[in-house]
Amino acid sequence: MAVSTTSAPITYATRVDKVGARYQFTRALRIAVVVLYATISLIPVFWMVTAAFKSRPDVVAIPPKVFFTPTIEGFISLLTKRVLLPPGMMEEYKQRTDLNFAERIMAERGQRITGPSQYGQRLLNSVIVASASTVLSVLLGVLAAYAFSRFNVPGKGDLLFFILSTRMLPPVVVTIPIFLMYQQLRLYDTHLGLILLYTVFNLSFAVWLLKGFIDEIPREYEEAALVDGYSRLQAFRKVVLPQAITGIAATFVFCLIFAWNEYAFALMLTSERARTAPPSIPTVLGTGGIEWSAIAAGTLGFLVPVIIVTFALRDYLLRGVTFGALRK
Amino acid sequence: MATVELSHITKKFGSVTALNDVSFTVKDGEFFVLLGQTGAGKTTTLRVIAGLEKQDAGEVLFDGVPVNDVTPAERDTAFVFQYYSLYPTMSVYDNLAFPLRAPGRNLSEAEIKQRVHEAAERVRITHLLQRSTRNLSGGEMQRVALGRALVRRPKIFLMDEPLSNLDAKLREALRIELNRLQREAHSTTLFVTHDQIEAMTLADRVGVLREGVLVQVGTPREIYDFPATTFVAKLVGVPRINLYNAARADGMIRVPDSTIQLPAPMHVGLPESFTLGFRPEDVQITPDGDLSGQITLLEPLGVETIVHIRSGRQSLLSTVSGIADFSIGSEVRYRIVRERLHFFDRKTGRRLSLN
Repeated sequence: MAVSTTSAPITYATRVDKVGARYQFTRALRIAVVVLYATISLIPVFWMVTAAFKSRPDVVAIPPKVFFTPTIEGFISLLTKRVLLPPGMMEEYKQRTDLNFAERIMAERGQRITGPSQYGQRLLNSVIVASASTVLSVLLGVLAAYAFSRFNVPGKGDLLFFILSTRMLPPVVVTIPIFLMYQQLRLYDTHLGLILLYTVFNLSFAVWLLKGFIDEIPREYEEAALVDGYSRLQAFRKVVLPQAITGIAATFVFCLIFAWNEYAFALMLTSERARTAPPSIPTVLGTGGIEWSAIAAGTLGFLVPVIIVTFALRDYLLRGVTFGALRK
Repeated sequence: MATVELSHITKKFGSVTALNDVSFTVKDGEFFVLLGQTGAGKTTTLRVIAGLEKQDAGEVLFDGVPVNDVTPAERDTAFVFQYYSLYPTMSVYDNLAFPLRAPGRNLSEAEIKQRVHEAAERVRITHLLQRSTRNLSGGEMQRVALGRALVRRPKIFLMDEPLSNLDAKLREALRIELNRLQREAHSTTLFVTHDQIEAMTLADRVGVLREGVLVQVGTPREIYDFPATTFVAKLVGVPRINLYNAARADGMIRVPDSTIQLPAPMHVGLPESFTLGFRPEDVQITPDGDLSGQITLLEPLGVETIVHIRSGRQSLLSTVSGIADFSIGSEVRYRIVRERLHFFDRKTGRRLSLN
């Protein structure tokens, strides 16, 4: 009997459960919810970014302007110190030919630039304090977590609880005693003081988080390395660390964000030399009123480094905890 | 290569005794298999030898020299693990090279390369060397793991059920390969398994572990033909041995609730009540058999057929070569090979030595 009937090729890739109306509807619903959530959470960011580029009248305009002529006034006022010139002197000042780009813009607002502001210095302080304390927390955290995960540390359970208990009260509660201690120890208004403090706060978090990640790595790998002729520390470095990289990256980002954003202690424990960005940005007071666009510009500049780090590490953050040659 | 001796090793984990006074010697170039069920202490034994676990009492000796306080790195053993056998962040080549790159060894990269290729050839993974370990199949992974052990030329190979996670076909293929490798290299090997087939086929000698106690050490033949306890008798042999509570009276051995009765051997020392054992292949189905029963089940395996025979309220297993032409429910006559009966103490399960 001849086979004469031919039919259209079947597309096996089409999954029956993914073409039905019900599936299409729930899919659309899910996307809608995600988009809505993203929109709501991005509104403040959008507000901030636009405010940073608005002129002084635009930023306080009611109703808020969505379309406006962008200006970098906000950034200039953020980065400079200025004086207000009386109208008479202003005319004369404007006539000068040696004014640079920024000075011209500010001259339009009747202000004369007298020097750079402290914003750059404060941002640098933030970078120093946050990165040093993060590196320190992760470094100490990964060693402690490894020990807790692998060795019979006497009183292990109690120690772990004790470490966790440092997070059980709001840090602000201890600001006054720490302030007094820091004055005695001459750690007040020093980078070291903030680095130590942030490390202490982050360490408990780092230990617990990293212990979870290291617990997931089977001991067999290190033991294989031990038998293969490596010492415990070498095995840790060559076999455990490469596998813990996901956890280390995640811990790094969380610690960095905490140290970077910390406000209360930075406000209490620093004044001039070591003051970080968070307590200084809201105090950008202009001549005659709050400089909203300068504050927005400052916040924007403050966000950029942490966004860069998070994006740089996002592959590690998203990757699964266990990967590679596992068989179960 | 070396001789490895365990002398009165005891190891406890909390209140659990993992190894209880275990002593045995793996001779130079010998393939020694530790056979036992899960939790018998097989892996612990390997870990004690490798130095990953410290025994509570007893001594480990390599070539007669105690190594109790020698670090794992300095003991120069190679360990093939059951799971997680490869470093997941490294390529196959780097996995093989890793033991050679250990700080104490001081080998040049050229030398390492040569030895890696040599080992890779022996386990037939040369084509995989540049691959990441991530996309290897289970069989390839264990071959790489074997290669990583071979590359070092260690004093002793310690293998912790390296085949148990593979499917049946692959396990058989790798078992043959392992056998070939070991015969070629005459490497001292301690191989741990719960699979009696692996033990029987690979071993020069087998040690049977039960709950941390070494029950019997012997060649596969000794273990099979003269099991020291009912436990060993049951552990080795497929299909399993027939075991019954039996009684001796009037010069006959009788199995209660059945028609099985055999003339008692002329030995002295057989108690009135004991455990009787005989292997399925020693139950021969033949028309002139002196015993009879009813066939209740047939399991044709191709090579042989397992015949389940009921006798009274007892049932026994017999094997027949090829696919047997019986029908379920029919009466059958059989006889039991008298010379190959096993007698065990009913209480302790120990083999009764009759003279």
